Amino acid sequence: MELVIAAAIGVLSASGVWLILRPRTYQLVIGLALLSYAVNLFIFSMGRLRVNAPPVLDGSAPVDVTAYIDPVPQALVLTAIVISFATTALFLVVLIVSRGMTGTDHVDGREG
Amino acid sequence: MVEPAHLVVAPILVPLVTGALMLFFEDRERRLKTALSLVSILALISTATALLNTVHGGGHAASLVYLVGNWPAPIAISLVADRLAAVMLLLTALLALPAMISATQRWEKVGPHFHSLFQFLLVGLNGAFLTGDLFNLFVFFEVMLAASYGLALHGGGALRVRGGLNYIVVNLVASLIFLIGIAMVFSAAGSLNMAEIALRAESMQGFALPALHVGLAMLGLAFLIKAGMWPLGLWLVPAYSAAAGPVAAVFAILSKVGVYALLRLALLVPNKGIAFGSLVIFIGGVATLVFASIGILASQSLKRAAGYFVLMSSGTLLAAFGMSQSAVTAGALFYMLSSTLAVGAFFLVVELIEREQDAASSVLAVTMEAYGEGEEDMEEEEAEVGRTMPGAVAILGIGFCLLAMVLIGLPPLPGFLAKFAILTALLGPEASVPAASNFMRGTLAVLLIASGVVSLVALSRAGIRVFWAPVEPFLPRITVTETAPILYLLGLLIALVLAAGPAMNLFLATADDLHHQVRYLDAVLGAERVPPFAEAHP
Repeated sequence: MELVIAAAIGVLSASGVWLILRPRTYQLVIGLALLSYAVNLFIFSMGRLRVNAPPVLDGSAPVDVTAYIDPVPQALVLTAIVISFATTALFLVVLIVSRGMTGTDHVDGREG
Repeated sequence: MVEPAHLVVAPILVPLVTGALMLFFEDRERRLKTALSLVSILALISTATALLNTVHGGGHAASLVYLVGNWPAPIAISLVADRLAAVMLLLTALLALPAMISATQRWEKVGPHFHSLFQFLLVGLNGAFLTGDLFNLFVFFEVMLAASYGLALHGGGALRVRGGLNYIVVNLVASLIFLIGIAMVFSAAGSLNMAEIALRAESMQGFALPALHVGLAMLGLAFLIKAGMWPLGLWLVPAYSAAAGPVAAVFAILSKVGVYALLRLALLVPNKGIAFGSLVIFIGGVATLVFASIGILASQSLKRAAGYFVLMSSGTLLAAFGMSQSAVTAGALFYMLSSTLAVGAFFLVVELIEREQDAASSVLAVTMEAYGEGEEDMEEEEAEVGRTMPGAVAILGIGFCLLAMVLIGLPPLPGFLAKFAILTALLGPEASVPAASNFMRGTLAVLLIASGVVSLVALSRAGIRVFWAPVEPFLPRITVTETAPILYLLGLLIALVLAAGPAMNLFLATADDLHHQVRYLDAVLGAERVPPFAEAHP
């Protein structure tokens, strides 16, 4: 599983980096989205990967910490998703405004 | 009677509530919004002063720690008001006041929700200075950035959108790098509380330590992008010089947040006795300083030059902090205060000068389209306000001259005192050299003086062009609400000279605290809960 996750993060971030170096704003948005997925997966995996281990404690029985996975990275991922979602939405607006004002979708606002 | 401990959370809550409250009113109710903003910022100034008095003046507690939700110490998200945080809070509030007031003249009318965005920017800034927790640092950075995106684009225009687009992309990428850094630090240290990370780093062994260092380096990268270190800061000048004057003035402190975060974290987790990554910070600072000096000389318009002064201030600070010496840090903190206020005021002055110049003479500053819009707006203003100040040229000229003296570092203004403090610490008889080599100290000293000379050349050239030999008669029409903020900032700078002794004592104490991170650790990890759940004391 580690290999799959690592490969997924690697492919996502490689594609993301390539896309944000492209000159078109649409490519930029997709690149940023892919990069943020990669980062979210990365944060998630930093809490160690385990199968069948819930993050929420069951209070009814004595708690055996080894049966649970660290809940903090999951909380962090949730926050990070919300924030990157919001900033991407905001960026889309700016992008459309830029397209309307400059008449081109080049990141520098002019061709060439 | 409010406990002083609860005062710590006020700088976040006050602008948050004010900003949210103002969303309920239409943009037409400008008086009301201005009044609310004014109340909020005045409250921030008094809170920050009270905090500074508590942590510095009283002498009993060196820092106040607020445990959010009253959880026990390392678990709770802690807000820490130590000397550095209190100084930064006060600086933010003092700079926010003139920026807000000068915006009421014109800028608040050219786009929606100016005052709310402004308050949210203050939430982010204050939160970033107060938080003792890495992830909340990220959250407050994002609050600050989201508000700053709105403000950078405030007023519209193709130039602003173009500069703003790059600004947003670079900072979004920086946020992602920030997150990677946080995740790595968390996986290595198992905590997000900065004090606990520092404590665990001391006894870390094996694979965890390099992982922690890589994580910290990623965080440092994100902070350096924010601080505008060369070559990570190429986005800064176009975005800042395109922003509206009052917005750019308050942005002068935005890049200081990166410097602040870097300083705090690098000194909290030292590597072999000196600040983490101090060599990189030093070299980056020197490169930024050189780049900014060249940029200032090459600038065609004053607004671009003002953008490069932001970079010059960042570069000087980074290079000085890279020395990792307590006395140098103290001088640099003094420099931070004076240069932030001066650059903020400079943006306000430049705004008044440049909008009067004809389109041809302000080559790169404003596009024809944007200029045309500005002209129209201003004529409406004229009809609305109808009363301008006499002696405008004299006021602007004196303001420009005094600010130039601060930025260059001429006596008797605080720019000189700050540079003198840094140079004394570098070269004076008491200069101890555990961390920095003679070569580093020499480089910094030479560059400090050289950057002053460069500023002198560029600013006298610009001053002659604007005030003594204008192509067309220079008759600015300015109002009291635009002049008062500039005079207020000049007054603050002069007050800083008069109170240089106490101020320098404060900065020496602050730097001493920073270089003894044990005090921070003790304060945060030893923080006690408030009564309902207070632990019984043995």
